[in-house]
Amino acid sequence: MNEKTTNKMNNVGRPSAPNQAESASEQIESASKHPTFTGNKALQINEPLLYEVGSIGQTGVDIATPRDIKTNRLGGLDRTTEIGLYGLSEPETMRHYVRLSQKNFAIDMAMYPLGSCTMKHNPRINEKIARLPGLADVHPLQPQQTVTGAIEVIETLAEWLMKLTGMAAVAMSPKAGAHGELCGMMAIEAALRARYEQGSETKKRTKVLIPESAHGTNPATAVFVGYQVVTIKTRDDGTVDPKDIKAALNDEIAAIMLTNPNTCGLFERDIMEIADAVHDAGAFFYCDGANFNAIMGRAKPGDLGVDAMHINLHKTFSTPHGGGGPGAGPVVLSEALAKFAPVPFVKRQGDRVTLVEHTENTASFGRMTAFHGQMGMNTRALAYILSHGQDGIKQAAEDAVLNANYIKAKLKDVMTPAFEEQSAGFKRPAMHEALFTDDFLKDTGITTLDFAKAMIDEGFHPMTMYFPLVVHGAMLIEPTESESKASLDLFIATMRDLALSAKNKQTNRFLGAPFHAPMKRLDETLAARKPILKWQKPQPQAEAAE
Amino acid sequence: MSKHYTEDHEYAFIDGDIATIGVSNHAQDQLGDVVFVELPEVGKICEKGDEIAVVESVKAASEVYTAVAGEVVEVNSVLEDAPQTVNEGAETVGWFIKIKITNPSDVEGLMDEAAYTAFIAE
Amino acid sequence: MRYLPHSPQDRETMLAAIGVNSIDDLFAEIPQSVRIKDGFGLPNHATELEVDRYFRKQSDKNLAASGAAFFIGGGAYRHHVPATVDHLIQRSEFLTAYTPYQPEISQGTLQTLFEFQTQVAQLYDMEIANASMYDGSTGTGEAVLMAHRATKRKKAIVSGGVHPQYIEVIENLSDFGSKQVVKLPATPQALGKAEIEKIIAQLDTETSCVVVQTPNFFGELSDFTALADAVHAVKALLIVVVTEIVSLGAVKAPGTMGADIVVGEGQSIGVGLNFGGPYVGLFATTKKLLRQMPGRVCGQTVDADGKRGFVLTMSTREQHIRREKATSNICTNAGLCTLAFTIHMALLGEVGLRKMAMSSHNGAVALAERLAKINNIDVLTTSFFNEFTIRLNGHNANDIVNALAAQNILAGLPVSRLLPHGDNDNLLIIAVTETNTDEDFDLLETALKGAMA
Repeated sequence: MNEKTTNKMNNVGRPSAPNQAESASEQIESASKHPTFTGNKALQINEPLLYEVGSIGQTGVDIATPRDIKTNRLGGLDRTTEIGLYGLSEPETMRHYVRLSQKNFAIDMAMYPLGSCTMKHNPRINEKIARLPGLADVHPLQPQQTVTGAIEVIETLAEWLMKLTGMAAVAMSPKAGAHGELCGMMAIEAALRARYEQGSETKKRTKVLIPESAHGTNPATAVFVGYQVVTIKTRDDGTVDPKDIKAALNDEIAAIMLTNPNTCGLFERDIMEIADAVHDAGAFFYCDGANFNAIMGRAKPGDLGVDAMHINLHKTFSTPHGGGGPGAGPVVLSEALAKFAPVPFVKRQGDRVTLVEHTENTASFGRMTAFHGQMGMNTRALAYILSHGQDGIKQAAEDAVLNANYIKAKLKDVMTPAFEEQSAGFKRPAMHEALFTDDFLKDTGITTLDFAKAMIDEGFHPMTMYFPLVVHGAMLIEPTESESKASLDLFIATMRDLALSAKNKQTNRFLGAPFHAPMKRLDETLAARKPILKWQKPQPQAEAAE
Repeated sequence: MSKHYTEDHEYAFIDGDIATIGVSNHAQDQLGDVVFVELPEVGKICEKGDEIAVVESVKAASEVYTAVAGEVVEVNSVLEDAPQTVNEGAETVGWFIKIKITNPSDVEGLMDEAAYTAFIAE
Repeated sequence: MRYLPHSPQDRETMLAAIGVNSIDDLFAEIPQSVRIKDGFGLPNHATELEVDRYFRKQSDKNLAASGAAFFIGGGAYRHHVPATVDHLIQRSEFLTAYTPYQPEISQGTLQTLFEFQTQVAQLYDMEIANASMYDGSTGTGEAVLMAHRATKRKKAIVSGGVHPQYIEVIENLSDFGSKQVVKLPATPQALGKAEIEKIIAQLDTETSCVVVQTPNFFGELSDFTALADAVHAVKALLIVVVTEIVSLGAVKAPGTMGADIVVGEGQSIGVGLNFGGPYVGLFATTKKLLRQMPGRVCGQTVDADGKRGFVLTMSTREQHIRREKATSNICTNAGLCTLAFTIHMALLGEVGLRKMAMSSHNGAVALAERLAKINNIDVLTTSFFNEFTIRLNGHNANDIVNALAAQNILAGLPVSRLLPHGDNDNLLIIAVTETNTDEDFDLLETALKGAMA
């Protein structure tokens, strides 16, 4: 290679190292000193509303010309005025929603330790099989002999759920956890009514016991079914005291609604004593199964004395959360409640499976929803269950519990574990969640919320905050079994760094956080005071000026 | 005018046979930014202890009960468009309703200003 | 197991860091007597290939709508969903996000919810809409409870034209809440002049709401402007149910006719049949009733820099704050299905939706005219959108549907499937959408002629 050519190459080649004039930290700071023409920040592209980029005349779908008919049969009810819908061409649609998606945090990006929500990996085989034409492109009211494969999927999932929980029956139609709670409480009320109608009980049971640590859905559900709520205190160790339950039980109590493992991430160790007392008083035991992930494969709710429990397929069995749904909340039922289950349910006679759709000749309490429930969630959950098998399910629960306890052990010297005195030396392990209080932030001027928002800057989704209500400034961390040890170690190191920073009153890092997210903190007060719940066409200038 | 407070942090300020009802300054402080107040209709007849209004902040919603029985003769319609008035002056401009009292003895057993100040200091 | 990252060494290291000897120590709180020792007698883990094979086998046992001449409606409709929709909803950022409780890192979900609420309000011609319910039926049940709360009354009058399973959901919720339901007979003429008169005659100051559906379960369209006036005269609320959202691309909106709450199914747009779920419940009402509305709501606001953004708002109505005083116990809703709806509706726009609606309507009119010419078939529906009821004189509709299914023709919904009592055995409801070809029409016509001969 001759000298001349080398020189020439050097002269025209692009620079291959950053400009040395600015140090790395100067470059970061300079982002705000170098506003862009568009307001975009490279990969973070601003995206206006559909109504600001689309138009009423635009469409992204080609539809064949409607058939010619002589006169329409709309009976004079034609929609003659503009609807106001805005459309986009196909490429514009793709960009609009891809850009919006890039403003979301997701499990597929990083750890999402949202306590009580079980944000685990969502396998893509689930998505693939849920889209098979014989499972996705079938109508709920097709003749049943044309959908036996789909009915069998429901039956097989039902069988797994009954065996994993040790329960006699399962109602498959509830559409989410809260809908499942409603179903379970309706089955309980139906059983109580039957007692009343048979004359074996003469006094109506009108009240439900609910611990103060419960999810908000529990009291809301009880009231929906017509019960009054009696709140039970949580004792100092984070669990309920069987003595308190016994004191509250009488012939007016229909049921207790208890979460186990509970919302403090602890196993209710006196659960069997509680169940016995509830049954002795003639009441039923509803278990909120939101936290079933911790004990699946290790203990069966049926053995613990549970009468009804919903299972969140979107938590425990990996169906995607989808930005807030759809979920599915099948409810397992004890022998005493089985016959009151809602329609539809699967019935097998030899080789033949059918769906029973009407309540005639059954003790069923009625119908929770049109059609048969969340088939698309059933297929995904069953794919997850079959992939794990009974051995994998047990291992998943063990890893979820191991991960939570690992986090707790590694953070307990810098953050404040709730119920520390009980967990010292791990005589009382956590289950699949580690619960901390905001004690370690005392006198720092930093709140739980500030701390959580600083986690966003570090690339983590915040943990659940201010829940359960029984703990001050609660921080509930649920890593799930999906996190590798390397991922947990990075999370732990980050949390330690944040906690130490808070203790040293480096408030800058917290008070305005997040600094690196697509948005700064949003004004929720303004949103609630002056609700703007839909886009409205801007007023013409002259009117707006008034 | 005499000032009376309940343990649920409502007040009843009595002037002649008219009671002005609202939530205490301490209550608005606890609620945080008030975003909505639901008021009864003028003419409503209420018993002592009836739910008479709902006050909402971003993080909580609370029922407001009347400490005295009577007929609602006026509501503070400013709160409909400017609920923040409750934060600006809970015991002055941010009152909820005025009631024509049927039973003056209703205020017996309520706390006076000094007792209430001691109560919230506990 | 492919979903679990830990190696045995990792687990040992972590147990040591925790300070316990074995994993069993972490489960020490579970009473000895109930600890599972031997498994469940169920299979162990399976490979992805094995799982795939099992579901393909199950799928192949079924007759997919795409493999048949397909005419079933009855609250769930087969429409073409563009490929773009399914691609976008499978993006990780949408699919694997939780409810947008942290707005700084959830603007994608929140902004689409705001677009969704706008679309729903526009389609229904109502002032406000929420961020979805589970489906049309549960939304309808909750609409009735909302009317009871708003009016402080307990009686609902339900038209016989409302989807029978929706009525069962209303009855079930009302039964447990000790509420009264007055049901009118289910006939193809429901919400005709006679029924409207009957409803008006039943209105009193105990009535909290009247529930009607358009197009009704049998396909018939009605104007209920006069009914709305009568309902409002007794200070009750009119709830209108729409199970086929595409109809609103052609038919006057319920809000225009005076509805107070409009609720319905959004499945036709973006979601697909899915054997009944997941679907997406649409829910809209007036500003006046905002605080009685169930479910999540997304609202516009600004961030600390004054930039426009969106948050979940008005949450003091909801269970996680209001607990036993909440407007509903609903928490998780139809999230990803609302996204699919929003994207599909954005692709369609006003022009596309109207064309899709007219394609469905004109197809239905053409088919109804052809079937009316067959001996012993009467078309009972006079005004309709894309669904109509026929009477097969002298034949059982269920038997005919079964016979035609064997020829890969899914001919419609026998009324007796949902209404087993009453004189319904020869009634068949037929739905047509833009997916039906002339060949489908030929197949159905020929097969029905044969079966009726």
